[in-house]
Amino acid sequence: MACRHLTHLACGWNGEVGRRLVTVTLLAVFLVGTVLPLGAASSPEITVGLNGDHTPHQPNNDHDDHASHNTTKKAFPVLSFDFERIGMPFEISLWVLLASLMKLGFHLTPRLSGIVPESCLLIVVGLLVGGLIKVVGQKPPVLESNLFFLCLLPPIILDAGYFLPIRPFTENMGTILIFAVVGTLWNAFFVGGALYGICQLEGVHLKNYDLLSCLLFGSIISAVDPVAVLAVFEEIHINELLHILVFGESLLNDAVTVVLYHLFEEFAGVGTVTMVDVLLGIVCFLVVSLGGILVGAIYGILAAFTSRFTSHTRVIEPLFVFLYSYMAYLSAEVFHLSGIMALIACGVVMRPYVEANISHKSHTTIKYFLKMWSSVSETLIFIFLGVSTVAGDHNWNWTFVTSTVLLSLVARVLGVVGLTFVINKFRIVKLTTKDQFIIAYGGLRGAIAFSLGYLLDKVHFPMRDMFLTAIITVIFFTVFVQGMTIRPLVDLLAVKKKQETKRSINEEIHTQFLDHLLTGIEDICGHYGHHHWKDKMNRFNKKYVKKCLIAGERSKEPQLIAFYHKMEMKHAIELVESGGNVKLPSALPSTVSMQNIQPKKLQERALPQIPKGREEEIRKILRTNLQKTRQRLQSYNRHTLVVDPYEDGWNEVLLKRKKVIELEKKINQMSNYLTVPAGPPESPTLARARLSSDPQAWSMKPDSDGVPAIKVDLASPQSPPDSVNITDEFGKRSGPPAGGGEEGGLVMKRPHPPPSLSVTAATKEEKGGRRQQQQPEEDEEGRDPQRLMRCLSDPGPSAEEEEDEPFLP
Amino acid sequence: MGGFHSVPQDHRYRDFADKTGFSLEQIGNLHNRFKQLSHNEDTLRKDDLNKIPDLACNPIRAQIIEAFFDKRNFQSHGGGTVEEIGFEEFLTVMSYFRPPSLNMTEEQREELRRVKLRFLFNMHDTDNDGTITLEEYRHVVEELLSRSGALCRETAKGIADAAMLEVASISMGHMEPDEFYEGITFEHFLTILKGIEIESRMHIRFLNVDTTVLCK
Repeated sequence: MACRHLTHLACGWNGEVGRRLVTVTLLAVFLVGTVLPLGAASSPEITVGLNGDHTPHQPNNDHDDHASHNTTKKAFPVLSFDFERIGMPFEISLWVLLASLMKLGFHLTPRLSGIVPESCLLIVVGLLVGGLIKVVGQKPPVLESNLFFLCLLPPIILDAGYFLPIRPFTENMGTILIFAVVGTLWNAFFVGGALYGICQLEGVHLKNYDLLSCLLFGSIISAVDPVAVLAVFEEIHINELLHILVFGESLLNDAVTVVLYHLFEEFAGVGTVTMVDVLLGIVCFLVVSLGGILVGAIYGILAAFTSRFTSHTRVIEPLFVFLYSYMAYLSAEVFHLSGIMALIACGVVMRPYVEANISHKSHTTIKYFLKMWSSVSETLIFIFLGVSTVAGDHNWNWTFVTSTVLLSLVARVLGVVGLTFVINKFRIVKLTTKDQFIIAYGGLRGAIAFSLGYLLDKVHFPMRDMFLTAIITVIFFTVFVQGMTIRPLVDLLAVKKKQETKRSINEEIHTQFLDHLLTGIEDICGHYGHHHWKDKMNRFNKKYVKKCLIAGERSKEPQLIAFYHKMEMKHAIELVESGGNVKLPSALPSTVSMQNIQPKKLQERALPQIPKGREEEIRKILRTNLQKTRQRLQSYNRHTLVVDPYEDGWNEVLLKRKKVIELEKKINQMSNYLTVPAGPPESPTLARARLSSDPQAWSMKPDSDGVPAIKVDLASPQSPPDSVNITDEFGKRSGPPAGGGEEGGLVMKRPHPPPSLSVTAATKEEKGGRRQQQQPEEDEEGRDPQRLMRCLSDPGPSAEEEEDEPFLP
Repeated sequence: MGGFHSVPQDHRYRDFADKTGFSLEQIGNLHNRFKQLSHNEDTLRKDDLNKIPDLACNPIRAQIIEAFFDKRNFQSHGGGTVEEIGFEEFLTVMSYFRPPSLNMTEEQREELRRVKLRFLFNMHDTDNDGTITLEEYRHVVEELLSRSGALCRETAKGIADAAMLEVASISMGHMEPDEFYEGITFEHFLTILKGIEIESRMHIRFLNVDTTVLCK
């Protein structure tokens, strides 16, 4: 016991030390990196190198000339040092690396990250790094506003916008907007006004502060910060409603903040505000917010339209998403419109169309890139916040700082309670006291406030340092105190948590059903409500927008079918991934299979039928991902990752997959009775041909209801030849899919005897099968290529399709 | 507006308000709408509802209209459908779509959930045998997709089958190959829809002001 304890300790110690060592090493490298260039720049080797660079005409002679001019000839520098050239990117990579390693470290220590939110830890790391840099004697870098707004913020917002849960967002739009607009205004004016009052008090010595700078400060400090909110709320897994309320507010209040900030900054120089200015401010708010949304929507539509044509250059698909969004952000910022709103609008608008157009892999890429960028940005932002705290000049004023913290808390609570009182009169699902508490408590401030404060001009605002100190204090207070206590409070209050369930197909069906039902009831009721307009929008979208923005057949696909296909694809991939396992998709953990729900006939479809295009896509994924044992990429191709479709490896998987299907089918057949529909009043051969070539078409025929069905017991002596033949069938089917598939479809027919024949002798069946092969099937083939394709590629399940027939209405 | 004298009408409205929980204004509005739909008759027929233009493109129109004439939804026992309904029945069906009130205990909420889900269940269980069979489920999905063109019939069947398989595997767990899952019982229905907060989602906003003039 003691021994184990010791090793455990040692391990923990090692981990700690390892992490510290890494940090220290990194810091050392970083410091060396920043210090060295100063000394290195003056060394002669570098001058030589630079000379060589600047005169490219005769690079060879240059060195000789140089050498000949020098009286003392130097040896050719075997190893030269040129940090200047790579300094900037080196530093950037170092910071990003530091951030990523920190993130890695925190997730290796579950106990620590269970108590303290990551954002707090990152700020502490930033503080330490900043302190170290200061100790060494360098000036720590400050979170530059441009760096923040142009590089670090957009990925986080795009991530949030692209994956915004649309449904809860639109359902609570009114509440979110009221919190974002009215709540932020109230916060800004309450904090600003009250601070002005405090500044005018005797004995505070802050009398030179006018009302406008106080209001400016109020508007900076009042906005809830999306980065901080995301960082904390992601970890506490709160229910969807509260999450979207707080998070939505933090996103949409950007327009208010932007307008207030520019307004007060402008007027702070002038000193007076007239009624006209106020009106202009309101107009400006509308322009900034709606303009931002418009810019974002335009770029979103452009992105969707572009993605329509990318089917041949899949590798750059994700790039379009990122670039168009970033362009939207920058374009909005050019006019001082709300860049955040533009990004959100862009992400929301483009997502459904882009997702329908791009390949599965590109979708995964987009997902990962967004998550990666946003999490690195977030980490960097918090680290830089810590570093900037150490770096900045501080002007600590007890009265100002403490009153700021208190006032922003009070303003938030009052604002939320007051607004909820009004909102609850209109809401169907009321916000309870607990909800209000969490909304108020979740109002975290963050780096946006800091950057806005940092942007202030020191000439016009001599109190900038004090502002910054107060802003940092508020940020630290909200992130540390509120961020750390919110999780225990959520547990204590038993606030409903998010249910981590995957959406099932039943839920999807019933959600859709409910939507249509509510629309219908509204129509019967005779007033046009929420559901009515949503339905109208959906129909417009389906009729016109989708046709323009989505390529091919998928534009017509209803949502339910799209969902179903997505699920099917997952199953199919899982099936192949499970390799030789006989089990059907692991998504169904139980032993229930199709035959349990349809006992009177053979099981319906062991495998889902997948449209041709989708199947092709699945194949591509499988081909590239699951073939590693046998085949690597044969040759490097810069434009695509897809390997040649007819390589050996793919055939192997195809074979494997078929084996799985086959075995599954056999097992089911052994224990099941088989019902075969009686023949239609045609010639038996024709019927057989139809049977074998196009089972779906067969199942449409309604005329067999009155005719008695023939039952074949497969567990009886016919089954041995079946099992013997399995390997042969594999052999036949492993040929190239285009040629061998038809045959495969026929082989599958074996167990279903033509109705007019006797079913006892297996030999007769063989003959029948052969005759089927001889029978020409031109008429069937041409009719429905897609369907045929399905039979070809997936002979096992679709061959049983005709068994459904007696049960069709 | 016609047939009722003000005193008995007020009395009747109060009765309805007690039974269904609607406010008097809401009942008044719904009554106006009822008369508009039934052309000032006392009873409403299926044809009247079929003629509502907004409903024409609703894929599940048939089911919705059926629900208004389903005896099970009138809290009377026994199944079957009626040919025409009076205002009281109309109001009763509408009351399934009332939003939950703010101060509800957990039990009341659960009860409301059951009532609303029972309404949905009855819409699917057309033959009133207590289970949604595979055929009935297929029918539901087909209707849902019926506005999306002809390409969906096979897919609809596939979706219904997959959904049924899912229900069976969630609610039964293990089954022998020769066992038969007859269909979704109400209890299973409750289980599979646990993820949807039906009590707060299945509602529409009943207005207190009269808007019937605005609508066709």
